Amino acid sequence: MTSAEQAAATAGSARPLDAAELAALRADFPLLGRTVRDEKPLVYLDAAATSQKPQAVLDAERAFSSRHNAAVHRGAHQLAEEATEAYEQARAAVAGFVGVDVDELVWTKNATEALNLVTHAYLNATLGRGGAAAAEFALSAGDEIVVTEAEHHANLVPWQELCARTGARLRWIGVSDDGRLDPETFDVIGERTRVVALTHASNVTGAISPVADVVAAARAVGAHVVLDACQSAAHLPLDLHSLEVDFAAFSGHKMLGPTGVGALYGRRELLEAMPPFLTGGSMVETVTMESTTFAAPPQRFEAGTQMVAQTVGLHAAVDYLSQVGMDRLAAHEERLTRRLLDGVAGVPGVRVLGPTEPQERLAVVAFAVDGVHPHDVGQVLDDSGLAVRVGHHCAQPVHRRLGVHASARASAGIHTTEAEVDAFIEGLHRVNSFFGVAGGEHG
Amino acid sequence: MAESLEQLYQQVILDHSRQRHGAGDLEPCDGESFQVNPTCGDEVTLKVRLSSDAEGVRIASLGWEGQGCSISQASLSVLHDLVDGRPVEEVEELDALFRELMHGRGQPLGDEKLERLDDASAFVGVAKYPARIKCALLGWMALRDALVQARS
Repeated sequence: MTSAEQAAATAGSARPLDAAELAALRADFPLLGRTVRDEKPLVYLDAAATSQKPQAVLDAERAFSSRHNAAVHRGAHQLAEEATEAYEQARAAVAGFVGVDVDELVWTKNATEALNLVTHAYLNATLGRGGAAAAEFALSAGDEIVVTEAEHHANLVPWQELCARTGARLRWIGVSDDGRLDPETFDVIGERTRVVALTHASNVTGAISPVADVVAAARAVGAHVVLDACQSAAHLPLDLHSLEVDFAAFSGHKMLGPTGVGALYGRRELLEAMPPFLTGGSMVETVTMESTTFAAPPQRFEAGTQMVAQTVGLHAAVDYLSQVGMDRLAAHEERLTRRLLDGVAGVPGVRVLGPTEPQERLAVVAFAVDGVHPHDVGQVLDDSGLAVRVGHHCAQPVHRRLGVHASARASAGIHTTEAEVDAFIEGLHRVNSFFGVAGGEHG
Repeated sequence: MAESLEQLYQQVILDHSRQRHGAGDLEPCDGESFQVNPTCGDEVTLKVRLSSDAEGVRIASLGWEGQGCSISQASLSVLHDLVDGRPVEEVEELDALFRELMHGRGQPLGDEKLERLDDASAFVGVAKYPARIKCALLGWMALRDALVQARS
């Protein structure tokens, strides 16, 4: 069974949220109560860009700042102790939430920084930093790094830069017409491959990657696997140890947490061997005028004063998600995916970019409307209070592969209702009618 | 239909977004500019040819090729009609006026100025949507850049 099948099976066995549960849950999100564009109720369908936050997250940040604020891992006063404890408790909670050990989780400001931390470990090792222990990260000409055509720019551009600086060659797994990774192209993983970096779920097509298959191919040639878990972390039960990836990155703000905090998971032996990325205060052991020795992970990778209140907020966010239950959340969202796909299929001239079956995909539905530019689609939806994303969603190559410059995208979250999905479908009909295409009439 | 949406997408804009004046006419030129809106990937290549007479330098012809939303495409089409054949000095004044319109948050610009902008005054509704101002300005940015190229 692939990891995607496991996730689907887990979701399949759980009960979706019922109407009363969903109503109670929605009341936890203060922002959902506001109106937009002339007093229209907000329908927030941009969870894949950033999630809204439950009151518990806002309260946790405020309580920390009101009562316990101090710099962590320095100072012997009581506040410093409390702040350090809150910071490390948050690390333990988030590590537990994604199925890893506490010392394998490094705080970063977001997933982008986490992925750059990894690429710079390879770069710095290639330059000789980290000594013999870091040798397995050193790259040379002829080495290959494999990514996929479905990547967000955050898991593509840093690897391009790494290749440009080290002489390694960038190769990629292709995307098939239905927006899934094309298994026919997995053979780009070969003897020269040193790293395979892939997304767990595409932020455009919603397709869940067959991680187990890619990990098996990478293992067979001794390559590391780096997983971008930004889209999956708030939508699927996540167990990074059982996925057997070497690194994984995710952002707090996409999983009900604050902006300004994200995390990198790294397998313990690898983090111990890696040279640091950002350097400065807090990540050192001994500093002389000539040289410095570095702290053990995870502190080695946490230079400078950290975003403590945000880690506390993220702690509250993962507690909230766990309380709902990730299996039940996944079941809820699978039902929404089905309704989204069925609804979109009934609107003339609308093409989904990605799998049109709800299995092995998330409730992230990007689409093109014949004869109407995505910006204009988004504008008409916005006028009805429907917040969707428009543009290339920081993933130009997958758009190009699927034959469009840009798209509009509706993405559901924990708080999305079936009535909101229906309002979105109604909005798509209005788009056609407003621009007088697909048989509709202007006005 | 909501009033604000009708204000944004005035009929003249919808018409120009379908019948794009000057689109595809890319003859040899004196100045050329490629502009892209990085937030959505919209892009345009615009070319101008200049001519000189006793009254000064004027735009002898203007052509463009691009892809993008109705606002950016209509703005290019209107821009074509407005500046084709005009003295460069006047074009620069119109550019400044259009910018004033875009950054006015939908405030009235005054009849005289609106009259000078002709069809371009229809973009007044765009100014209320900060995310769309770049769309309307894409062609004007390309024109300004192409004029710099042409005169250097």
